[in-house]
Amino acid sequence: MIVKLVWENVRHKPARTLLSILLIAVPVTLILTIVGLSNGFIDDSRKRQAGVGADILFKPPNGSVISFSSVTMPDKIVALLANEPHVVQAMGTVVNSAGGFDIISGIDAVAFDKMSGGFTFDEGHTFAGPNDILLDSWYAEQRHVHAGGKVTISGHDWHVAGIVQPGKLSHMFVPMTTLQDMVGAPGHVSQVFLKLDNPKNTPEVVAYLKAKYEGYPAMSMADLQALLSVDNYPFVKPFIRIIMGISVIIGFAVVSLSMYMAVLQRTREIGILKSLGARKRFVLGTILAEAFCLGLGGTIFGILLSYASRYAIHAVMPASLPQAIVYSWWPIAGAIAMGAALLGALYPGMMAVRQDPIEALAYE
Amino acid sequence: MSSAIIQIRHLRKSYRTGKVSVDALRGVNLEVPEGEFLSIVGPSGSGKSTLFHIVGGLTPPSAGEVIVAGRNVSAVGDAGRTELRREKVSFVFQKFNLLPNLTARDNIRTALYIAGLPTAPFADDLNSVLELLGIAGRLDHKPSEMSGGEQQRVAIARALSTRPAILLADEPTGNLDTANSLAVLTLLRDLNQRLGQTILMITHNTEAAEYGHRIVHMRDGQIAETSTPEQR
Repeated sequence: MIVKLVWENVRHKPARTLLSILLIAVPVTLILTIVGLSNGFIDDSRKRQAGVGADILFKPPNGSVISFSSVTMPDKIVALLANEPHVVQAMGTVVNSAGGFDIISGIDAVAFDKMSGGFTFDEGHTFAGPNDILLDSWYAEQRHVHAGGKVTISGHDWHVAGIVQPGKLSHMFVPMTTLQDMVGAPGHVSQVFLKLDNPKNTPEVVAYLKAKYEGYPAMSMADLQALLSVDNYPFVKPFIRIIMGISVIIGFAVVSLSMYMAVLQRTREIGILKSLGARKRFVLGTILAEAFCLGLGGTIFGILLSYASRYAIHAVMPASLPQAIVYSWWPIAGAIAMGAALLGALYPGMMAVRQDPIEALAYE
Repeated sequence: MSSAIIQIRHLRKSYRTGKVSVDALRGVNLEVPEGEFLSIVGPSGSGKSTLFHIVGGLTPPSAGEVIVAGRNVSAVGDAGRTELRREKVSFVFQKFNLLPNLTARDNIRTALYIAGLPTAPFADDLNSVLELLGIAGRLDHKPSEMSGGEQQRVAIARALSTRPAILLADEPTGNLDTANSLAVLTLLRDLNQRLGQTILMITHNTEAAEYGHRIVHMRDGQIAETSTPEQR
């Protein structure tokens, strides 16, 4: 009977119900979008690292393997590393910010092709000049450019030589020497990728490099893949927690206001229930059950909206802001929304419980 | 009629309005035998509504003793009064007070559910009451789809569905036209006669009051006079 009563109440005021559901859905969408962007960005990074085809990543001293590197290693180290046991190829690259979350990579096209198996071109060809740039198809779509076009990145005008399939190291590639000159570090690289004669030798070579090149972080690409997760980015977790906190507050306020209004509107009905002998827990139960319905509706709608946000973000910035759908966060976001909804309904519910039946029955 | 189902002794009720104390009831004594149809009449402010609310467990008395269907209302708290409303008394109000979002059937089922009684199917005696009230065919309609007379009949059916010891009617014809008023009063008298239902009805309408076995006249928070329709 409570279900019937709650359902009829929810159905009776469709505008209030839909508005409440929409407002509860907003924080759910916010959480899922932020988590989706964090995971999508890192997943994308992981896939691109795997696309290089290397077995080991070698970084400059005092650098983290998962953080952005400065251009501080003399490129002579590439030749040194190439001569180490089991190493069949060493490839230095230069990494620099292209604004926002975007990274531009300076590569030696021949070495990169040899290690990664080469680009698959959708349009155009490889570098033919120092100001040529290769863009992956996502970034080209984001910037609305095609092979033969012009694009300005990092204050430099580039000629788009080719559009390549995504999934290898970066979304944009330029000749390494050009980027070295741009960042004022000629003859220096940011990181070195190593390919071994046999991937099984990776742990042995990593241990050897760590001992020989003390202070230089070296890590197998497999370990790097494992490290590339939201948990290992110190800024991501607090950020998500802040968003969750904001979401709880929004959900709480929305449901509290909505249920407060509902209780006011139903003062007389609450009086009728009390005149029929309804216990306090029955009255409170109907209010909380309604909040539960709104929370559930808001969660489902919020999940659907997260797909809409992914579609919208992908349409605008497919390369810079890849958003994943993280199913494991659905119940978390749902629990936050439901918890906030129930918490928000508690005060109006208690208000209803405390209502004097005679005054409630006289309410117009 | 048999033993008293309502016993009221030295009942007083005061309200505070700001710093002023208002005595709504000033020492009321009354006994209502089981099966009686009692009318309480009086002008506004006479205390009849306050008496009604105390007997129905909607508000506690300030002093005195009120025993309703064996429950000492003056000695119980909010939970005890809620239990009284759930188990012993039912209300019929002037404004019908049906739950507007529910059909007539669901209004009755809500009362049954709250009373802890089976909600479906309706018991035979409830079906008989629905037939008697002439609303058996209107159960799937919402209050907004019914006339005032029909709504009041649904309210009466809802009140009787839990088989209360006492039916409390507060100006049950106050919002009805003459024809529907007559019909509702006739129904209440029929229910009293056929089922032996104890009814306590408050009204300002002396013609309506004459449907009761006895008429209690209230004035200034006290019982001024008790009469029978035949004496009038």
